[in-house]
Amino acid sequence: MFDSELSIHCIHSMYSGINISQTDARPMYLQIMEQIRARIAVGDWPSGRELPSIRALAAALSVSVITVKRAYLDLESEGVIVTRHGKGSFVADVNGLAGELQEEKLEEHLAAAAGTGRQLGLTPEDLAERLRRAIRNLDKK
Amino acid sequence: MTATKHIEMHAVRKAFRFFTLEDLSLDLAPGQIMGFVGPNGAGKSTSIRLMMGLLAPDAGEVRVLGHAMPENQALAKRDIGFVSDDMRLFGHATLGWHMQFVASIYPGWDAQYAKALIKRFNLRAEQNVSGLSSGEHTKAVLLLALARRPRLLILDEPTSGLDPVARHEVLNELMDVLRDDDRSILFSSHNTVDVERISDCITFIDRGRLVDSSDKEDFLERWRRIYMQVPPGTALPDLPHLVSRVVDGQFVTLTTDRFSPDLLAFLGANVREVHRMSLEEIFVASVFHHREVAGL
Repeated sequence: MFDSELSIHCIHSMYSGINISQTDARPMYLQIMEQIRARIAVGDWPSGRELPSIRALAAALSVSVITVKRAYLDLESEGVIVTRHGKGSFVADVNGLAGELQEEKLEEHLAAAAGTGRQLGLTPEDLAERLRRAIRNLDKK
Repeated sequence: MTATKHIEMHAVRKAFRFFTLEDLSLDLAPGQIMGFVGPNGAGKSTSIRLMMGLLAPDAGEVRVLGHAMPENQALAKRDIGFVSDDMRLFGHATLGWHMQFVASIYPGWDAQYAKALIKRFNLRAEQNVSGLSSGEHTKAVLLLALARRPRLLILDEPTSGLDPVARHEVLNELMDVLRDDDRSILFSSHNTVDVERISDCITFIDRGRLVDSSDKEDFLERWRRIYMQVPPGTALPDLPHLVSRVVDGQFVTLTTDRFSPDLLAFLGANVREVHRMSLEEIFVASVFHHREVAGL
């Protein structure tokens, strides 16, 4: 009983995690781009993975083909995905934007760490040492 | 693409005693959904009747799926699914009876798909049509058109009178049709939210005339509201492509249908905010502007 209730929510589409919000002031194509970028950034969609076809994603999200097409074109010009004619679209190589997104995230975390370090009155050397320690702890795990 | 356009109207005119449709031209390519938007009495239904060959134009040309209308309507109609909100099924017969009836006429009837649609639309084949709610009736008529798997669907107000859940069921089904890139849909609607969501191209008409027709992303990219604060005594330069300009003391609101970064650079530091517009806002602004320019 419980099982079938759960499945009702899941069968709707493979990509139902991507949402278009009408209260979001950003245009629909930007909402789609951002959610695809997020999937790539966290590694759910690894490089080389095939993206849903434009028509399939449009049908799954109930948005027009042209909106999804616009999102894919912009993602491609950003280097996040690669489209091969007649073959479909794929997540670009890690060295491409997936890597860049990780890079950006690292910068953010480092800036936050530097800020907190300063608040605590740590010298740059202290902070560097703490980072080394964090890496050693990671290796132990 | 060189494929035959699914709908081509060129310089179409149709005059009635109190209403004239004038110089209407539009194209619908395969694989696309066109939202056909206009206020009441704009000429949407007249245009659709012309597409269906139910009316003959006084001037101009109408071709549907490559067939001249209304002359070759019998050929064209094999592959058109037409639904309008004034269609009535036989009240004393069941939905199942209607399905068999339609299946006996159209060889393309897809019984499997019809079965799936009954389920997705929460309908019952054995129920008499007279017992259906108005929303269920609308879905039943749509089912009969969809299950024929026509190449072109022409839908006059398909979502009017539907509750939000039923509207989503119907929109999902329409999008599903478009998985096949040789099919297309033209639908008229007042509901600009539905149109904005699922249309690839949009045509606005008002008072029998075409106001604007272009691809949806282009529409949304072109229109902007620009809020400015202009110090007293400063004259605003004359700007091209302004749809409206409202001045309230130092606060100026500009609406443009040709937005570009150049325009922003030109306006300079007095710009406080730039807003995108929803399709509904664009629709209302362009209809008012069109009436103003036409001196109507």
